[in-house]
Amino acid sequence: MNRIAATFARPHPALVCFLTAGDGDTAANLDALVAGGADIIELGMPFTDPMADGPAIQKANLRSLGAGTSTADVLAIARAFRQRHPDTPLVLMGYANPMIRRGPEWFARAANEAGVDGVICVDIPPEEDAALGPALRDVGISPIRLATPTTDDARLPAVLDGSSGFLYYVAVAGVTGMQQAAIESIEANVTRIKQSADIPVAVGFGVRTPEQAAEIAQVADGVVVGSALVELVEKYGTEAPEHIRTLTASLADAVHGAQ
Amino acid sequence: MSTIANSFRTQPDDSGHYGQFGGRYVAETLMPLILDLEKHYRAAKDDPAFQAEFDDLMEHYVGRPSPLYFAERLTEALGGGQIWFKREELNHTGAHKINNCIGQILLAIRMGKTRIIAETGAGQHGVATATVCARFGLPCTIFMGATDVARQQPNVFRMKLLGAEVVPVESGAATLKDAMNEALRHWVAHVDDTFYIIGTAAGPHPYPELVRDFQSVIGKEARAQLLSRTGQLPDLLLAAVGGGSNAIGLFHPFLDDPDVKMIGIEAAGHGIESGQHAASLTGGSPGVLHGNKTYLLQDEDGQITEAHSISAGLDYPGIGPEHSWLHESGRVEYLPVTDDEALDAFQTCCRLEGIIPALESAHALAALPKVVKDYREDQIILVNVSGRGDKDIFTVADALGVKI
Repeated sequence: MNRIAATFARPHPALVCFLTAGDGDTAANLDALVAGGADIIELGMPFTDPMADGPAIQKANLRSLGAGTSTADVLAIARAFRQRHPDTPLVLMGYANPMIRRGPEWFARAANEAGVDGVICVDIPPEEDAALGPALRDVGISPIRLATPTTDDARLPAVLDGSSGFLYYVAVAGVTGMQQAAIESIEANVTRIKQSADIPVAVGFGVRTPEQAAEIAQVADGVVVGSALVELVEKYGTEAPEHIRTLTASLADAVHGAQ
Repeated sequence: MSTIANSFRTQPDDSGHYGQFGGRYVAETLMPLILDLEKHYRAAKDDPAFQAEFDDLMEHYVGRPSPLYFAERLTEALGGGQIWFKREELNHTGAHKINNCIGQILLAIRMGKTRIIAETGAGQHGVATATVCARFGLPCTIFMGATDVARQQPNVFRMKLLGAEVVPVESGAATLKDAMNEALRHWVAHVDDTFYIIGTAAGPHPYPELVRDFQSVIGKEARAQLLSRTGQLPDLLLAAVGGGSNAIGLFHPFLDDPDVKMIGIEAAGHGIESGQHAASLTGGSPGVLHGNKTYLLQDEDGQITEAHSISAGLDYPGIGPEHSWLHESGRVEYLPVTDDEALDAFQTCCRLEGIIPALESAHALAALPKVVKDYREDQIILVNVSGRGDKDIFTVADALGVKI
């Protein structure tokens, strides 16, 4: 069983935590996520034009690029994480252009060698799967797709086809880190997705507090938190790890105890 | 060139690709919207009433057909082929942008959308969008980089006069690319009621196709006008290319005429070798940005680099996907022209023809001295004067060291 599947096989929902690679002391911050109880790590690949992100993650992208973060640096962060944490699933999340710049096969091979388990590419919908999906599947990396409130029943099979690992349900039509969706809408959509496919569903966008996370964890297999953690990196800099660990621990308690 | 198989006019394919270019590289939230837009566009295209309304507005609101003009003194001065202008700068709002805005707002109304958003660089597309929104009574929000807001105050005021809300975008370098990012972010958060009027022949499918189709009024008219006036087709077409909507609008109706040569003019800024330019085809490489695969200015890691051009309308690090395809297929040639060359051509056109061209169009005019000698005096070179230059007088004065 691969790392992602093993995580979702546990008896409790999973806490999925996002940080942008190269923003602050990423290794220390990622260790703080694991120490706090995060089950899956999403490592953001910085991009100059993060079109699906709200202000918090936009700024993290620019801080990272401003510090000179390269694709090689992101892969090195992933590889070092894998050596320190052999069992924690690691997912790269980002935009198409940095991923396909040297060719999809190059990226898939490099990510695989770095110990990456899954890839979320925000701007490659199922219609453009050929741009990256086959290369990922060839090396055994899960292409993790996004479903949204606008993904209707007619479209859902196309989204699920070729997805693996888990499905990322984007709770709000909007960018990261802004408003939260009503729990009724999240529950209805997660139920709808799970009727169509036997795949774990993690819910993200707008999830900031343990209370919100607990509520969502009652109806989903996982909860994704990003902007709230990224804001701690911005606010506390080198002191961020202890704050990240504290928030992650309270989120993990909430999520793990929800079902 | 008579068979379908050899045609250059059948792109894109069913999935919105022009060869390897184009496509629909958007977040899942937007996918259902652009599929819906495509469906409605197909229906509109086949609806004579839609076409009739478009044509009526083109004639009575925009002022079409735009004149086809023989630039006699420029022809004499340069000494080569005959130089003709397609006078898009005489359209309502002063540029070709309005053609596309009329088409898209009719689509928006047809789809039942109740508010409009758009991005703008120099403000020309923003003004054209605000204009059609005023005409049809739809609320309008324009995203504009904060840097551009500061340097394009007259257009900001025009948009506000027309009733639009102008949102300054602070992210990134706060120019056109960032305005487009912000418009996409806003669209994702307002999917139910909002129509995004993209200003050039780029973005996710079907935008490049529908913008091209609306702008093709330029080439169709020019073709009919030239045939009626001279009995011949042009030998060479010249048009400036930023995103490339005025160029594709002129070129597309002629693509299957093998004797019509076409050159798209890219903005070379301070020179390709300086790294400060906006010439995606000459100085860039294929990648994915803003919903489509196309030539981009980018570094080895796929990070997008900042474009530079004296012309704000050409100051974008990408290009419409059909141009990338026409470039690779060899059907259209693309040539870089620097800021300085464009400034010279701007002044020459003012003095010899009494026409103040937009700095964008001045790039197309600047190619003339490079190519005109290859043509005999019975041959026709048609330049798309895509916009008027009133908006650019401050930039030009500044570049010439004149205080106004």
